[in-house]
Amino acid sequence: MEYFIQQLINGISVGSIYALIALGYTMVYGIIKLINFAHGDVFMVGSFIGLYSARYLANAGLPPVVVLLLSLVISMTVSALLGISIERLAYKPLRKASRIAVLITAIGVSFLLEYTGVAIVGPQAKGFPEILNKQQYNLFGTSIQVDSNQIMILGTTVVLMIILQYIVHRTKIGKAMRAVSYDMEAARLMGVNVDRTISATFAIGSALAAAAGVIFGMTYNSVDPMMGVLPGLKAFVAAVLGGIGSIPGALVGGLLLGTVETEVSSLGYSSWRDGVAFAVLILILIFKPSGLFGKNVREKV
Amino acid sequence: MKKLNKSFWIGIVLALVLYGIIQVLLTTGIFDDVMQSTLFLICINIMLAVSLNLINGITGQFSIGHAGFMSVGAYVSAILTLNFDVPFILALIIAGVVAACFGILIGIPTLRLNGDYLAIATLGFGEIIRIVMLNTEYVGGASGLSGIPNKTTWTIVFLFTLVTIVVITNFIRSTHGRACIAIRENEIAAEAMGINTTLYKVIAFSLGALFAGMAGGLSAHTFYVINPGSFNFLKSFEILVMVVLGGLGSTAGAVVGAIVLTVLFTVLQDYPEMRMILYSVILILMMIFRPKGLLGTGISFKKFAKKGAQSDGSISKGSAS
Repeated sequence: MEYFIQQLINGISVGSIYALIALGYTMVYGIIKLINFAHGDVFMVGSFIGLYSARYLANAGLPPVVVLLLSLVISMTVSALLGISIERLAYKPLRKASRIAVLITAIGVSFLLEYTGVAIVGPQAKGFPEILNKQQYNLFGTSIQVDSNQIMILGTTVVLMIILQYIVHRTKIGKAMRAVSYDMEAARLMGVNVDRTISATFAIGSALAAAAGVIFGMTYNSVDPMMGVLPGLKAFVAAVLGGIGSIPGALVGGLLLGTVETEVSSLGYSSWRDGVAFAVLILILIFKPSGLFGKNVREKV
Repeated sequence: MKKLNKSFWIGIVLALVLYGIIQVLLTTGIFDDVMQSTLFLICINIMLAVSLNLINGITGQFSIGHAGFMSVGAYVSAILTLNFDVPFILALIIAGVVAACFGILIGIPTLRLNGDYLAIATLGFGEIIRIVMLNTEYVGGASGLSGIPNKTTWTIVFLFTLVTIVVITNFIRSTHGRACIAIRENEIAAEAMGINTTLYKVIAFSLGALFAGMAGGLSAHTFYVINPGSFNFLKSFEILVMVVLGGLGSTAGAVVGAIVLTVLFTVLQDYPEMRMILYSVILILMMIFRPKGLLGTGISFKKFAKKGAQSDGSISKGSAS
């Protein structure tokens, strides 16, 4: 039982990373019906920016907590700008094109980011600096262990989720985002600046992916230009699982997927882990394509 | 109909002339080993692109798991020739049939999905096939199979490529092909007209998988080694890019796309990063400035069009070959 709970805790920390990336997918899909394949690579870029800024700031002699917060902010800002420029340069000219054309463009952008990364930093994995010293805590006097990193991950995710909920439900841009995702044409008629709203969506989604990237680097201590591919795909699975287009769905889907994966690994089938994630995806698509929290939209003839 | 037959035979004769010229070049040694393997790769890629075009371009079912079918074919044929001494051609045919069975297996459950969801489901299936291969000791696990006999010859590659193109173009021109095009243009309308959409989607999936499996078998016997890593979704994307570059819905386009990309890849082999950067920039620019591809038929893809988006003036033509 204790072992099971231990795995659950580990699963939640993996799941938080998926959830943060999944939010970007779900928001972009909700607003322009595009599977942004490049999202996983924005996560990678965010991780690298976090790596270099953390190194620079740590050398400058700042205290660890400040280093962490500053590198998170720098990485999120730069990635938000990257997200906006991707949208402006690659997706905006295709606003009226077919969905398949936009999907292929997204694949192209994904390759571009990956291999530009390889050209700049080389294909080898790089070590991520240990910003905070890892400390182990025993929970309630049992042998269940939680380390400071896991607490930090969960804390960051929860804080970012609260900020996101606030932006989406309490601010003007959030209202615009909801309006555009509901009906783009009607929102435009009502005076919503659709282009700016879409840019804001990309900016927020990319910033969250960058935060996930920094957390990922701190957890696994290693980053490389191809690291975005698999977490990106799995985050998409998480988004579909929770119901694509739904923000709470992305959180639940991410946590659920992370937990399932960790449990599968802990049962000794770690090499089947990725397969299980895709099997979950196919099962959910077959039995409940709208996901756990999604609304069922019927196709109009 | 007579005219169609005439052009069909002209095509066959031209293909045979091409076969003869290259055969002479190979036997006289003007083509070296590198050129020969590029040539084989071009043919394999043509088979893959043409068969994916049947699923994506003709039937309008957006599938990005083609490498999965290819890997099934590669593994089945390699095991048959390695462990059971099955004649190469027979092994290739069995590989194709097994891949087609996988096509049916994947086709039936995912037919309820369309558009983006189908794309993701097929990607997931492709990855699952790869992970199963990765974890099966019998097929070598992560290190894959090596020492596969090099049995691919120009005659065999040419024959299979020709059969693929002939079968698929004739399928597209047949009643069944028309039904597939109808499904692409508007699935609900097609169903209302009495077309059994499920049946035709499964036929398209399994026929595409059949040829992808054969192509996989050919590639396994050209390059001696196969491992699960060479059939990941990057490979599926690569095939998709060939189809898109040539023009979705056009068989000739798929052939041209396969040739252009394979040659481009071989030329840039020494600069792997530059190759991929160039490749992705081409992809993006192509989608922005000429989304219908080099030889596209300008099909409408209404299914993928966004709600409220204006039609870009493209007209659907009856023929898509």
